Amino acid sequence: MADWDVKDLEYWDERIREKVEEFGLTCYPQEFEICDHFQMLGYMAYSGMPSHYPHWSYGKSYEKLKTMYDYGVSGLPYEMVINSSPALAYLMRDNSLCLQILTVAHVYGHNDFFRNNFTFKSTRAELTLNLFKIHADRVRSYAEDPSIGTEKIEAILDAAHALAIQCRRNLAIKKLSREEERRQMLAASQPTYDPFQRIHKRQDYIPPDIQKVPLSPEEDLLLFIRDHNPYLSEWERDLLTIVHEREQYFIPQIETKIMNEGWASYWHREILNSLNLPQELHLEFLVRHNQVVRPHPRGLNPYHIGLKLWDDIKRRHDNPTPEEIEKYGKPTKTGTQAIFEARDVDRDVSFLRRFLTEELMREMDMFQYEPRGEEIVISKVSDKESWREVKEMLLKSVGMGSIPVIKIEDADHSHNRILYTKHYHDGRDLQLEYAERTLAYLQRLWGHEVILETVVNGKKVLLSYNDKGFSTKPLK
Amino acid sequence: MTIAATIFRPYSQSDSLRSDRSAGDRQRHRQKVRESIRDNIADLVAEESIIGKEKDKIIKVPIRGVKEYRFIYGENTPGVGQGDGNSQPGQVIGKGEQEGQGQGDEKAGDQAGVDYYETDVTLEELIEIMFEDLELPDMERKILREVLSERLSKRKGYRRAGIRIRLDKKRTAISRIKRRLAVQRREEIEEWDDEERFPFHQDDMRYRHLVTDVRPESNAVVICIMDTSGSMDTMKKYLARSFFFLLYQFVSTKYRNVELVFVAHHTEGREVTEEEFFHKGESGGTFISSGYTKALDIIQERYHPSVWNVYAFHCSDGDNFESDNPTALKAAKQLCDLCNLFGYGEIKPLGSRYYESSMLNIFRRLEAENFQTVLIERKEDIWPSFKAFLARERPKEATVTASA
Repeated sequence: MADWDVKDLEYWDERIREKVEEFGLTCYPQEFEICDHFQMLGYMAYSGMPSHYPHWSYGKSYEKLKTMYDYGVSGLPYEMVINSSPALAYLMRDNSLCLQILTVAHVYGHNDFFRNNFTFKSTRAELTLNLFKIHADRVRSYAEDPSIGTEKIEAILDAAHALAIQCRRNLAIKKLSREEERRQMLAASQPTYDPFQRIHKRQDYIPPDIQKVPLSPEEDLLLFIRDHNPYLSEWERDLLTIVHEREQYFIPQIETKIMNEGWASYWHREILNSLNLPQELHLEFLVRHNQVVRPHPRGLNPYHIGLKLWDDIKRRHDNPTPEEIEKYGKPTKTGTQAIFEARDVDRDVSFLRRFLTEELMREMDMFQYEPRGEEIVISKVSDKESWREVKEMLLKSVGMGSIPVIKIEDADHSHNRILYTKHYHDGRDLQLEYAERTLAYLQRLWGHEVILETVVNGKKVLLSYNDKGFSTKPLK
Repeated sequence: MTIAATIFRPYSQSDSLRSDRSAGDRQRHRQKVRESIRDNIADLVAEESIIGKEKDKIIKVPIRGVKEYRFIYGENTPGVGQGDGNSQPGQVIGKGEQEGQGQGDEKAGDQAGVDYYETDVTLEELIEIMFEDLELPDMERKILREVLSERLSKRKGYRRAGIRIRLDKKRTAISRIKRRLAVQRREEIEEWDDEERFPFHQDDMRYRHLVTDVRPESNAVVICIMDTSGSMDTMKKYLARSFFFLLYQFVSTKYRNVELVFVAHHTEGREVTEEEFFHKGESGGTFISSGYTKALDIIQERYHPSVWNVYAFHCSDGDNFESDNPTALKAAKQLCDLCNLFGYGEIKPLGSRYYESSMLNIFRRLEAENFQTVLIERKEDIWPSFKAFLARERPKEATVTASA
């Protein structure tokens, strides 16, 4: 039914790879697997992993994807590529030759990004597939263990999945050991040098509480519980580790969605334009390409925004307009240097902060919306007065910005082993029903009362969950 | 730099057939959905909206158990979108529910997003789930009463003997031709002279054969008896209605043909339409026996227990005239003899005036296995009392004697 065979793919792959090298992309070895749409749905449900531990949520995600696919709400992606070495990508059997060529080129773009962007440095690509395989094997072995079994595993996994994303956001920053942290605290508590100390009142020395657990607020909820709840059994700790590691693997992808998709789209366009495709393939390519990178009205299409930005960076460095030179100074790098540098050192937040200009925002007609009563209303548009605010809002909501920051403040609150956590409120309130349920999961893992400090409608509140259930009280 | 050779793994059908790896997880998920519906049944049954609806009506059931909870931002969080170039402040871009999807659309791959989850089930499915979970050990083993009725309609093959009226002319003619060919062969005649007669013989005759088909009759009637005296207010009627609804739905799952009869009574019983039954209030005192007598009459007239399975249920607030009690008890006994199941539900919403006279005490004297009294005080009681009611269905032996 398809108008191609593997030979065609190999031929085009050869030519694409010549271009990849010519353009200076550096990729992991690449593997493609051709699959039908059932397999594709299967891979999607398990985030592309050839092996993955079982959990009902993946069944749910499969059903959801399949329903959407069956009813035509959403099609299947042309491709799916996972960050591993060798990079593994799936091609849909039923796609046309043009789509396959486009996809292969696109995949090399992602591959290069995975290999070079700093956020991915912490995921050890060559171990990815094995890691997931080992995890799956371990979870299955617990399921087969007569003293554990599926139900107990599910209870832990449900809770762990709910909390897994509450983890450290910037993996490039080194996590200090307790000893290092203590030393830093002691150093910081020393009075600062004061040249006028003779005439100043002597500062009181407040000794830091170096016995506190944790010393400084802790973001990694699962790992903290693993290390500080003595009542967990070994397999429970292991499950927490497994879920944590799984989530860590996906965080770079969450953090670089716009850059990554934009980068791959940028390069598939460059590569295909330089391939001298036969006319009918080229026309189909143009249609497909525009479908992928068109703006989604009222939403944000990462392919569109990403590609726009990369194009703009390149153009501003290679051919800046006089106004731009006046506003941003004369470019010191070539366009190519600039985009390769950004590829290495940015993530979505910093990328948008650095490169999303007022002009570009206006061109893309970005607006800020907010709910008013029943309706959703545009509150600000990217005009002279408010483009900065719109941009700030955008920066808040990309990548991990869409996940509330929750940290563990005290593991022995009121000397009673109550886990005191705090939501770092930035103007956005938590969804309370979800907070309540998630807190219940936290309590399940901690095995004792948990408290969450947050702000609801401008007032500080304490949500707590213990064996009697959920309760809230205002915080004075 | 040089890249190691790219590998293309071709499509393999067998892999695809083998690789339904999500099967186990999907099954577990479905199981959770069903569990969640089951957990919510008590709430759903109390929901006014499902009472008295058509079977194919779709009901939205919020699935709590299978939501994946995370810490997420609330609904009133602002966000950023992209317009078509003409966006103006103050422009309305959507309704409340769409929020979260609007921006989640393309991020759905790796972000939790707003996990709205509701499933649509038809009322029929819902009822199936409801009754599948009825923990009635007897119920499963018990074969519901089936009344045998004879019908003379089924054809079954052909015979050489029979009565004239069932003669099958075509087959008879065919067998005559067969016989003629056989004779031709035996006598080694090349060409048969068409002029020569070859009459039908007794052996050629073919008759249609009919068998008497015994088919179990699957008829049931639900007799709803309700006190419509002045003391039955809207709330009480609503509770009664919910109960009748469940009973009807339950009986419908077990029998092919189910009819509903409404008997309203105050001091005298009348058969009324559904509309009148639930909406027409009447005043005056109460003779419960009058409703029972009417029901007995209707059963005698139209729903003879040899052909019908009778389920009767009576709802009242228990406010009966003292003098009527012995008669009512006697009539109830008679109903028990005729019905598969007869129940009395006393509806006393909390906060309503407590009547000293309660039929529950009177009916305690009635010793029939298929009789059950329930007390309904509020919406939440309906489901448990309904379960209790069903647990009392008459055992099969009793049924057989009744129908014999």
